[in-house]
Amino acid sequence: MGKKRTTSGEGRERQRLPARRFRIAAPRADSADGGSFFFPLLGLTDRGFSDCPDLKMSRVTTALGGSVLTGRTMHCHLDAPANAISVCRDAAQVVVAGRSIFKIYAIEEEQFVEKLNLRVGRKPSLNLSCADVVWHQMDENLLATAATNGVVVTWNLGRPSRNKQDQLFTEHKRTVNKVCFHPTEAHVLLSGSQDGFMKCFDLRRKDSVSTFSGEATEAGQGRWASLPVAQRCILRIHHSFAHGLMRDAESRANEAQESWGCPDYPLGLCSGPQAGQSESVRDVQFSIRDYFTFASTFENGNVQLWDIRRPDRCERMFTAHNGPVFCCDWHPEDRGWLATGGRDKMVKVWDMTTHRAKEMHCVQTIASVARVKWRPECRHHLATCSMMVDHNIYVWDVRRPFVPAAMFEEHRDVTTGIAWRHPHDPSFLLSGSKDSSLCQHLFRDASQPVERANPEGLCYGLFGDLAFAAKESLVAAESGRKPYTGDRRHPIFFKRKLDPAEPFAGLASSALSVFETEPGGGGMRWFVDTAERYALAGRPLAELCDHNAKVARELGRNQVAQTWTMLRIIYCSPGLVPTANLNHSVGKGGSCGLPLMNSFNLKDMAPGLGSETRLDRSKGDTRSDTVLLDSSATLITNEDNEETEGSDVPADYLLGDVEGEEDELYLLDPEHTHPEEPECVLPQEAFPLRHEIVDTPPGPEHLQDKADSPHVSGSEADVASLAPVDSSFSLLSVSHALYDSRLPPDFFSVLVRDMLHFYAEQGDVQMAVSVLIILGERVRKDIDEQTQEHWYTSYIDLLQRFRLWNVSNEVVKLSTSRAVSCLNQASTTLHVNCSHCKRPMSNRGWVCDRCHRCASMCAVCHHVVKGLFVWCQGCSHGGHLQHIMKWLEGSSHCPAGCGHLCEYS
Amino acid sequence: MAEGENEVRWDGLCSRDSTTRETALENIRQTILRKSECLRSVKETPHRPSDGLSNTESSDGLNKLLAHLLMLSKRCPFKDVREKSEFILKSIQELGIRIPRPLGQGPSRFIPEKEILQVGSEDAQMHALFADSFAALGRLDNITLVMVFHPQYLESFLKTQHYLLQMDGPLPLHYRHYIGIMAAARHQCSYLVNLHVNDFLHVGGDPKWLNGLENAPQKLQNLGELNKVLAHRPWLITKEHIEGLLKAEEHSWSLAELVHAVVLLTHYHSLASFTFGCGISPEIHCDGGHTFRPPSVSNYCICDITNGNHSVDEMPVNSAENVSVSDSFFEVEALMEKMRQLQECRDEEEASQEEMASRFEIEKRESMFVFSSDDDEVTPARDVSRHFEDTSYGYKDFSRHGMHVPTFRVQDYCWEDHGYSLVNRLYPDVGQLIDEKFHIAYNLTYNTMAMHKDVDTSMLRRAIWNYIHCMFGIRYDDYDYGEINQLLDRSFKVYIKTVVCTPEKVTKRMYESFWRQFKHSEKVHVNLLLIEARMQAELLYALRAITRYMT
Repeated sequence: MGKKRTTSGEGRERQRLPARRFRIAAPRADSADGGSFFFPLLGLTDRGFSDCPDLKMSRVTTALGGSVLTGRTMHCHLDAPANAISVCRDAAQVVVAGRSIFKIYAIEEEQFVEKLNLRVGRKPSLNLSCADVVWHQMDENLLATAATNGVVVTWNLGRPSRNKQDQLFTEHKRTVNKVCFHPTEAHVLLSGSQDGFMKCFDLRRKDSVSTFSGEATEAGQGRWASLPVAQRCILRIHHSFAHGLMRDAESRANEAQESWGCPDYPLGLCSGPQAGQSESVRDVQFSIRDYFTFASTFENGNVQLWDIRRPDRCERMFTAHNGPVFCCDWHPEDRGWLATGGRDKMVKVWDMTTHRAKEMHCVQTIASVARVKWRPECRHHLATCSMMVDHNIYVWDVRRPFVPAAMFEEHRDVTTGIAWRHPHDPSFLLSGSKDSSLCQHLFRDASQPVERANPEGLCYGLFGDLAFAAKESLVAAESGRKPYTGDRRHPIFFKRKLDPAEPFAGLASSALSVFETEPGGGGMRWFVDTAERYALAGRPLAELCDHNAKVARELGRNQVAQTWTMLRIIYCSPGLVPTANLNHSVGKGGSCGLPLMNSFNLKDMAPGLGSETRLDRSKGDTRSDTVLLDSSATLITNEDNEETEGSDVPADYLLGDVEGEEDELYLLDPEHTHPEEPECVLPQEAFPLRHEIVDTPPGPEHLQDKADSPHVSGSEADVASLAPVDSSFSLLSVSHALYDSRLPPDFFSVLVRDMLHFYAEQGDVQMAVSVLIILGERVRKDIDEQTQEHWYTSYIDLLQRFRLWNVSNEVVKLSTSRAVSCLNQASTTLHVNCSHCKRPMSNRGWVCDRCHRCASMCAVCHHVVKGLFVWCQGCSHGGHLQHIMKWLEGSSHCPAGCGHLCEYS
Repeated sequence: MAEGENEVRWDGLCSRDSTTRETALENIRQTILRKSECLRSVKETPHRPSDGLSNTESSDGLNKLLAHLLMLSKRCPFKDVREKSEFILKSIQELGIRIPRPLGQGPSRFIPEKEILQVGSEDAQMHALFADSFAALGRLDNITLVMVFHPQYLESFLKTQHYLLQMDGPLPLHYRHYIGIMAAARHQCSYLVNLHVNDFLHVGGDPKWLNGLENAPQKLQNLGELNKVLAHRPWLITKEHIEGLLKAEEHSWSLAELVHAVVLLTHYHSLASFTFGCGISPEIHCDGGHTFRPPSVSNYCICDITNGNHSVDEMPVNSAENVSVSDSFFEVEALMEKMRQLQECRDEEEASQEEMASRFEIEKRESMFVFSSDDDEVTPARDVSRHFEDTSYGYKDFSRHGMHVPTFRVQDYCWEDHGYSLVNRLYPDVGQLIDEKFHIAYNLTYNTMAMHKDVDTSMLRRAIWNYIHCMFGIRYDDYDYGEINQLLDRSFKVYIKTVVCTPEKVTKRMYESFWRQFKHSEKVHVNLLLIEARMQAELLYALRAITRYMT
């Protein structure tokens, strides 16, 4: 089965398709669940509730939404790597912050224009080395940055002086990872730091208003972390929000004072939460909908939900990820949806409205997730970028977690900041990166892996039945062109499912076909035999070629045999080939098209077709295409044509690899298929044995090939038929000249490359890989790495499916492709169980720990067998392969003396 | 060893099943008895077996067996094995054959044996740890016995080491041990080299490789350069180093292999630091760990001299304690006072940005002058120098004149965010294990300082950690490097710097002269911090280079 397997995301999608369907089919709890708020539980006053700013917020933004954004995909170079970006609410400016950059750019139609450099002063201090930046969404003049040295700085663009720095909060002891403005409150800023504290600042005051400790505390046992601040808490905020804060702060302060007087702690060093125990805060985000709520994520994988008025303890805490949670984002519309991304490479969407945080979706990415941002106006979309290794930005549909909906590939180093340009426009994404560039991505310019993926599923049943599911459009197009009528292999049932409620109706409605195989058909014996008998290394090239040619010939694969012989001629000195040998191969060459033809034309032609007819036809065809031969020789048999063309040796050789292409194309030719049609309807049960003569690959790959091969998918037969004529002519004319002047083998590399591609294209990766390995350096440079890797992985996969572990391992070892040779480096441990007590053996020596006996003793020499162990399945005695073989030459009884008549075959 | 291997199987002793151990021991006893009988019958003078004649092969083999038995009698976590081994030794002695006795003062030369947990008196948790370690390696090494001061860390350490050496990984087993030897040899750590030479041969390594790096495969030779730079000046690692290893035609490394090798190298560099920092003695069954001479013949053997600890006697310890008890008491008080002051004044007085920046530079520069004045020449007992080339390449200060290497900023590339992701991607699960180990080492505390209880030591631990990173040119933006100067006194800095940069020069005097009032367990704790900080620093530089290569 020469089917090629894709190893990319497409394959993944294909395999998991059904699983995803079930997931989607599960009822969703998101839509109707808007009624449960946190507020009532907290005893909030009516006043506070009525002030809940949802309305105000939406009014502002719709007003903005009226203007239409325009622009294109563009990027600009920054002087230094960026750490974070943030967009102004007017969607026309973006601020970029990094270790040594802090600038505002105006986003214009065609380009970014630097508007303001906020990094001023003679000697840049660490306060300017930003880990994060945020632009207030209510006030265009207000910005805040988090510095790597633990300082939180606010900036007022309205200041007349060159230095726009407004306030400096130096309360954090460690790097501040994140700052966040309250979405509607003008003066409230929240920060989260490495020291494990979150602080809430009121910008009109010099100190933080309250401090939240990430330390996991028992309910009601929380310690008020910064007592002095609490005592000084004189709040002059007129807002109801402030009332809440103040009331709470006072009561907390009293409580805290009561417990403060305890003098047990010497030197006062361990009062308050200890820095070593609290986990670092990685992200803090105010809820967009719930006025008092914010979420914070931690290095130990926890997510906490806080009420801003209650700094003593969190409302709720749960473990979201394994390892640090780097980021979180509230859904802009769905109250209580929180997306989190972590080092464990996952993005999870939580529903926080229920009693316990419920995981609703989970997206598995390929690298740790550094940022996550919901896409505006698209309820299920979110954008992510990664912390390491992977430079792309992905937009996911959370309901389709295996293939990103869109992918932006502009950056050359990791993306560190992403922001949607406008809260109501889903098509503009801005990003900053370590590669010192700022990008605006347009959604319509994104590459969409979903588009490229052909969701297909393929599976064998227990009795060789084959199920194949594919995107409906794909199958429809195909069956429209070549209906399955007249083919005995038509699907025994054909199911089409179209569900209008399905979110990806266009993409995922699929057709399922099940094919049943007739007994005796679809033998892959040739593949196994070839794989086992081919020699791939360890001998000179000429010998290898000869050997493999012989193997192929013995298996009746004459074209392959001929190819090997030709390779030998091309790459070893041509003069050494005896003519007799040549004659022989040429004679065989006549019937070489057979296997190839079958692999391609199964659908058009009855599988039970008499092999003689096909032989004839193929011969006739090759001949007629090869100008040198007599086209009338259609009916001669194999034996006949051994003598026919001794004289035309050189030309014929070089034509050999073209012939394949002819065959392939010929099969698409309607003129040739028509005459066959009467035979198609023959009941195939009449020819059960014939089938074995032909190397008939089973059904799957011709469908596959239809989908993959450019020849089939797009072009009509007449278009295709032009190409081979060209190449055969050119080859023909070149070949004579070539042979005479003895050109270096390099000259043939193009030919050989085409030949390899041809075999691979046909589904015979075995041939492609074998030649690749044997020729090694001679051709490797002509074929691009990825194709080679693709061939290798396909072949290895096939070998493993046939359980040819040894061969597959040899191929892995011989491969020069880096990715392939890595395959051998995983799972390198071999676990052995003792043959007596069935317990795992220790990895030292061959004596079992438990029963203290040597495992696997040879019955003949009574030593431990360390290599191949052969044993009788009747009496379970055995030993060294060699010893047993020798023993059985002389005796038929078991060497262990148990009296069993052993049979070793 | 090889000869003994064929007849005597130690494997059975690692079993948790006591009857299996019993039978295994019985077999060993019989073999040894047989050997000694035959030895006695060959020789006419049975009372002098360890002289001239003992060079015969059989006697040599027997001696090795006896040494191993001695090790078992002292260090096996299973009581029955200890007793029985001792019994066997006794019975051999009765035959008139000289039996070995352990040399030195227990697992560490610096720490009196009585301070260290005795095998057999451990509690259930430690016993489980010991048994695990013994089952995996067939021995309980001195490092384990010293580290067991901190069982929480030890568990993580053993798990990581076991995974690196014996579990799934891209490198073959003998490569792993050979890389361990290469790394340890860089610091002339004969203890680790000896241990791993045995292991290397045990897993089927080619003895020829042990004659020097040039006899090893080209692939391993290529690693020599990285080993050298990583051990002494990791900040010089560039992506060209990585590229050179990955693109060397048929001798090239794969990324997964390279990460495995880098983790092994850094692990063994820092373990060498620990070995010297805690003065780990040679294993009982290895060269220099035992002697066949009766105690009265001489005070110390050659190995002792060559290891540079010939002056190990009880005298200085006592006198130092007597003289400076009151003195060092104030030391602790002063340190705690400083910590308190720093804690308090942090909120009020803020240093300017320029000053903060210059403090790092100052600390960096000063770390360069911190060096012990006494340059004891230490000659390694085993000729370990053949395992590495370019012996002259050593630690050079990060901020040596002229050479300007940009400061490595943790906020731009840190272990938690970047290093972990990379390691776990290329060598699955190991990132997790190392991450845990770092975490435990960094956060380990018992809230005690010398005689005081309930002390928050986080500030002190952080100062030590950051000081080590500072010596490697790694800077934390959010740290005030002035704190280091306040908290770490000069003798302590000397010790830290020597252990981390040139561990082979650590002497007992250095170990004793810092933190005189502190317990040994606390000094071991310091060592754990040192080695983990060092390992992280080396890893950070190596992984950053790999990342740069990949992008």
